[in-house]
Amino acid sequence: MSTGFTRHRRSGRVIAAFTGFEADLLRSLTGQLVELLRNESAVVDDERDPFEALMDFSGPTSEPEDPVLLRLFPTAYADDDEAASEFRRFTEGGLRDGKARAASLVIDTLEEAGLPPMLEEDGLMIDVELDPPAAETWLRSFTDVRLALATRLGIEDGDEEYWYDLPDEDPRAQAHDIYEWVGYLQETLVQALTHRSGPR
Amino acid sequence: MSAASPVEVDPGLETTPEHDDITVLATPWVTIVWNDPVNLMSYVTYVFQKHFGYGKKKAEKLMMEVHEDGRSVVSTGTREEMERDVQAMHEYGLWATLSKAE
Repeated sequence: MSTGFTRHRRSGRVIAAFTGFEADLLRSLTGQLVELLRNESAVVDDERDPFEALMDFSGPTSEPEDPVLLRLFPTAYADDDEAASEFRRFTEGGLRDGKARAASLVIDTLEEAGLPPMLEEDGLMIDVELDPPAAETWLRSFTDVRLALATRLGIEDGDEEYWYDLPDEDPRAQAHDIYEWVGYLQETLVQALTHRSGPR
Repeated sequence: MSAASPVEVDPGLETTPEHDDITVLATPWVTIVWNDPVNLMSYVTYVFQKHFGYGKKKAEKLMMEVHEDGRSVVSTGTREEMERDVQAMHEYGLWATLSKAE
């Protein structure tokens, strides 16, 4: 199993080695994120004046229906619906694109590092090497993946016992294991990015 | 966010009669980050350092406020500045809102 990310002392780059299975899993998770972000299209509701609706193509004004999307794009004004709609209209499209691009970068990096379109071979190892901006992009995408999994699972503060007590064959237990694994990877990535290496 | 948008009004330029109350101009806005069960403490600290340029100590103090009190005011400024901060927090996956300072 991957030991996560470390900073390469001389180059300042962040490196990690994944098994083919792990790399394939990361590709699948980030791939689903891209699908979700591009799927529920950022359309505006059309109850309004048709001309007004036509002229208003800049972005959605209402909260997304999918709870994962609502967590990724939270309502910015708690007590002002109109301001919240305006904020959403101006920001959600760009945020969606940014998150989809970040997830795509993870996929591209894994494939450039040798992950084949269909994983068949046993014993394949995928070495990734990220410069600091790419590492931060990975960090943000891991956050989005974890938020998505946690929202689907219904994770709450202090509920670890509940998840550990689930029988191994419960699919939620398996999803929770993956959630924790991405959290572990993310923790090592934060450490690799923030801990200055010693004298060169 | 473009200058061409007619609905975007710089709060500093609000001089129409209905906004002549001086407190409208004087009241600062704040960005609030809320606790969530997902984001790692190390990551939240990293985001506060990276986006706001806070030192490690201040970033950790704010992170602990979020963690223990459920929320923390992480920046103060004009409404537009706070909208930019909230947008950046959403980019990082943190749950943030803005409101007028209490």
